[in-house]
Amino acid sequence: MAPGRRTSLKTNLPAAPAHPRDLLPAVEPERRVDDWGRSERFEGLMDRTLYDFFYHLWFRCEVEGIENVPATGGALLVSNHSGALPPDGSMIAKAIKEEHSRSRPVYLTVEHFFKGYPGFSMLLPKIGGVSAHPANVHRLLCDEQQLVLVFPEGRKGTEKLYRDRYRLQRFGRGGFVAAAMRARVPIVPVALVGAEEAAPIFGHVPLLQRLTGLLYFPITPTFPHGGPLGMLAYLPAKFKIRFLPPVPTDEMADQGDEPWEDRGLVQTLAHQIRATIQEELLDMVSKRRSVWLG
Amino acid sequence: MISRRVIITGLSTYWGGRLAQALEADPRFEAIIGIDKTPPKVELQRTEFVRVLDQHSLIRRLVEAAEIDTVIDTRMVVDSIVTAPRLAHENNVLGTMNILTACTGPDSPVRKVVFKSSAHLYGAHQDDPAFFTEVMDRPHPPRTALERDIVEAEGAVREFADRNPDTTVTVLRFTHGLGPDLRTSLTRLFGAPAVPAILGFDPRCQFVHADDIVGCLEHAVRNDLDGTFNCAADGVLTLSEVADLLGKRLAPILPPWGTGLAAGVLRRAGLQLSPELQNLMRFGRGLDNRKLKASGYRYRYTTRETVLKLREHQRLHPLLRGSTEAYRYEGEVEEFLRYSPSVRPATRHRGRRPTNLPPGEAGAGDDDADGGRATVTGARYEDLEAEEVVAVLPSLERRDLEDLRVHERERAGREPIVAAIDRILARQR
Repeated sequence: MAPGRRTSLKTNLPAAPAHPRDLLPAVEPERRVDDWGRSERFEGLMDRTLYDFFYHLWFRCEVEGIENVPATGGALLVSNHSGALPPDGSMIAKAIKEEHSRSRPVYLTVEHFFKGYPGFSMLLPKIGGVSAHPANVHRLLCDEQQLVLVFPEGRKGTEKLYRDRYRLQRFGRGGFVAAAMRARVPIVPVALVGAEEAAPIFGHVPLLQRLTGLLYFPITPTFPHGGPLGMLAYLPAKFKIRFLPPVPTDEMADQGDEPWEDRGLVQTLAHQIRATIQEELLDMVSKRRSVWLG
Repeated sequence: MISRRVIITGLSTYWGGRLAQALEADPRFEAIIGIDKTPPKVELQRTEFVRVLDQHSLIRRLVEAAEIDTVIDTRMVVDSIVTAPRLAHENNVLGTMNILTACTGPDSPVRKVVFKSSAHLYGAHQDDPAFFTEVMDRPHPPRTALERDIVEAEGAVREFADRNPDTTVTVLRFTHGLGPDLRTSLTRLFGAPAVPAILGFDPRCQFVHADDIVGCLEHAVRNDLDGTFNCAADGVLTLSEVADLLGKRLAPILPPWGTGLAAGVLRRAGLQLSPELQNLMRFGRGLDNRKLKASGYRYRYTTRETVLKLREHQRLHPLLRGSTEAYRYEGEVEEFLRYSPSVRPATRHRGRRPTNLPPGEAGAGDDDADGGRATVTGARYEDLEAEEVVAVLPSLERRDLEDLRVHERERAGREPIVAAIDRILARQR
């Protein structure tokens, strides 16, 4: 232990209350895991193997508007969500890592369910998954100034059937907008085409869902007959990721105190963002000549 | 408010004893009284031990007679394996209520209550936030007896705070403590050849070093902190990281389903896992410690350093075992040393240093405040002029004055000094 850290017990109270940000625990260079459970080592391994393969070879990701992702400060990325075991989150994170001038880490919000399910509970935090609790999102955005990716559709997006592809589901109760306002960070809408075809769902088996305790039990081209790994056997659809211009929220925060309590304002903004992404998705799909070649 | 006369309830717990040792080094605390059902387990210099069961009428008499201004409650039982559930309930819920009752009343001298609580209050669930702040409630009602008790006890403290707005009420919620002298179900778990885990889970865990627990309590006594504070070291580790730091393997021997049953089998094998610990091994828990840091406290160890300290201890323990004798409280000896006129004042307070204090703790408060007493009761006292002695008298504590008066009357015999002391004592009364 560094001798400097041992301080007198009689430390006087600070004159001005420090910003909560200044009181965050210092990063310990010896650690390879952060306080959220994100493991540099495990993530690096995944990045060099699976992510590289899927990003460059399998999905051949094409990225537009990467400059819309801010280089500093917190930002909330909002994207459409699809696929039985959704590949979109990791591909968006990989796109920012590969294409952005500052390859920033992205935290993915995931359902609370995964924290209680063996296996997922261990793996998801290691690759940057964080439970979608408003307090978690606030700490990441406001205090730690990180990039956070949310899927407001949640499981409604991932469990939807192939015939409903590219039709955005309800955007929850707009909690993501409230979180961004509270943290005074911009919202960056993201439209992603390809994930619907990469892991299409043709049907659900409610009985097996109940037996396994999973969120849903889908039938995909390779699952369940391909075994658990069948969930990872994506079809080689062409991915296109478009980052849209950021929507600032800080002047809204200046309008009155606590605009995030204004449900009307929050819902309106949530609808606007949903409409923007939906419009962009339809535009991208209409210009696409082939599902596989783009 | 400056605390001068304190009562420590639960003196015989590890925390009560350590806190008393830390406070008695500072002369600004005029009176330190410790109460408990069993005698203290650590060597104390001037803390007075009173054996009291949980009767609020008796505690109240003590508080009023000694004009106690600060009550520090360190009794809370937070380990459901070490104590039987019924005893824990008696202690945590009824004991707390009794102590709070003893502090209430329009003429109560108590101005500050420091209550040691536990992060068990938050529980460990699937839909927890990653970092609990003090204002967050647990998402589900408590299911284990221990957690229910802690929630109930804190409820009683909150009610007390609402009814007594003039009293500073500090609630400190501690996460799991680790330290060389601590025996908890967690240290037992980490003492096993491999760290048991539930298959498919790698929970986040946060600890606090024993020195920091004492430090936090002391910080709350020395400063006025109204409200609730989380006490946990910086940094949240995953269980696999902890195992790594301890130089052990993570052994996922517990199945994800039917964990309780498997824990029953493990108990037969001699490894007990409390229901709270089982939840923790599944979901983990993190606390936001920034509120206490904002109040000026600086933790001495991070969670990682706490675990490394435990590892050092685990390495040394087999070598040191049995080399230090356990302290035994002898009532008559302590009484003699404190009150007999035959004991020289110089040896009364300063002769023995507490032996089991860590280096940073010893004399944590006496560097600037001790000067006056050292001059007067030191060896060169007889050389001082009567006027000089009279000049420093008002800065002395009551007990020192009384000692000095005895000394002056019996040995030096300087009348002006005795008269001056009498005047000051009369004024204080």
